[in-house]
Amino acid sequence: MDKPFRRRDLLGIRNLSAGEIVGILNTAENFREINQREIKKVPTLRGKTVINLFFENSTRTRTSFELAAKRLSADAVNISVSSSSVTKGETLVDTAMNLDAMQPDCIVVRHGSAGVPHQLAKVSKAAIVNAGDGANEHPTQALLDAMTIREHKGKIDGLEVAIIGDILHSRVARSNIHLLTKLGAKVRVAGPKTLVPNDFAHLVENDLQVSEHIEDAIDGADVVMILRIQKERQDSAFFPTLREYSIHYGLTNERLDLARKDAIVLHPGPMNRGIEISSDVADSSRSLILDQVKYGVAVRMAVLYLATGGTAISE
Amino acid sequence: MGDTICREDMADQYGLVEKSKIMDAARMKRALSRLASEIVEENQGAKDLYIVGIRRRGVPLAEKIVEKILQLEGERPLYGIIDITLYRDDLSTVGANPIVNRTELTADIENKKIILVDDVLYTGRTIRAALDQLMDFGRPNRVQLAVLIDRGKEHRELPIQADYIGKTVPTKRTEIVKVMLKEYDDDESVWIYEKSAD
Repeated sequence: MDKPFRRRDLLGIRNLSAGEIVGILNTAENFREINQREIKKVPTLRGKTVINLFFENSTRTRTSFELAAKRLSADAVNISVSSSSVTKGETLVDTAMNLDAMQPDCIVVRHGSAGVPHQLAKVSKAAIVNAGDGANEHPTQALLDAMTIREHKGKIDGLEVAIIGDILHSRVARSNIHLLTKLGAKVRVAGPKTLVPNDFAHLVENDLQVSEHIEDAIDGADVVMILRIQKERQDSAFFPTLREYSIHYGLTNERLDLARKDAIVLHPGPMNRGIEISSDVADSSRSLILDQVKYGVAVRMAVLYLATGGTAISE
Repeated sequence: MGDTICREDMADQYGLVEKSKIMDAARMKRALSRLASEIVEENQGAKDLYIVGIRRRGVPLAEKIVEKILQLEGERPLYGIIDITLYRDDLSTVGANPIVNRTELTADIENKKIILVDDVLYTGRTIRAALDQLMDFGRPNRVQLAVLIDRGKEHRELPIQADYIGKTVPTKRTEIVKVMLKEYDDDESVWIYEKSAD
């Protein structure tokens, strides 16, 4: 190959334009059909290598990226922290340079600290895809959420979206807030004051509605997005007990009745049934949790295609 | 390609010089009618026929052939669309990734008589990609190729020939054959352009 490898990183939603986001979503729409085929494989990324570098545990996201790569005929290698040399004292940059020396075309990275994918993007020749960095961003999750919303609502512009739970620590919330507001939705966030600081109102250009009561956010909403309560936070005094959280912020059918009649419910998983979402709601027809997982593969196929193939389509 | 193009754009945007018109709307219509009757003659009717248009300009042509076969036989053949982007052999060399469109083969292709339809047969590489994709969907009984324009065997880079040809047009490499369709363009005609000297 005499042409330079042109890379296209996906580090977050914040730095994408509305047109670029729609471009990725449209591409993903067209990849969906492959996942319905009898032979779920196309030769598009034959000979390309994708490394899934996961410093945090994740079953769903890693599997989703791995399937996406494999269905495009790329070779996918998974590296998880427990078996990596990071535990042996290697620095992040050294790890990246070593992986780079093996000539991967794309590195999908998840890390507990914000900014790690951005750091890797500076040193690596491969395209870097952020699969979640600390509390910063989780762009492919926001894209698959957007795809689910578009599929069921036909649009994103003008929708009222409530995001409930631990907004403070949630990269899913940040990526979603950026994406949804860029595409013209109005976002309301609600949760305990400790987890939903007032500053959040100013995260994006058009202010968000921030409230302490779940009812305020859900009232009249088209989409209700529930975040996972990380049980590990229970000890850090953000909220008194899981039981109390569940009483005040758990999504029940009664609370969901405040939303529009055709409102849909999203959850990035894994769910804590009976804590942030009741089993009744989770298993109802309004809950699109498995659709989210389904569309996740198509979104990641589109992202890998755009990241490894050359310049992205903008519109 | 792919976007709506009017004839003036060909010259202005792509530096192409209009050389000659080789088909007008009436001739295109007659050629497609003939292709449709040849297809039903060769396959003894519309039974098990599956007409598959190759995106983009093969799609409206395939639709027209389906309508013609319906008129001739009183039976509508199966119809589908193939997008070959993901099966291209030049993905690593083309500058920008081509836009991926959707393949729509809703009916099972197993044991069917597939007629691939495209506007122009040139190097044969598009057809190779379409064939590869088709095989990923199953095992058709037979695959045949129908094209509106065949640019001639001397340009072929693969051993691929058309079974049904609207018109054979010997061309030079520097020339471009453009099939204009009212679904995408401002005209219904076939033109030869040549890359301008500068």
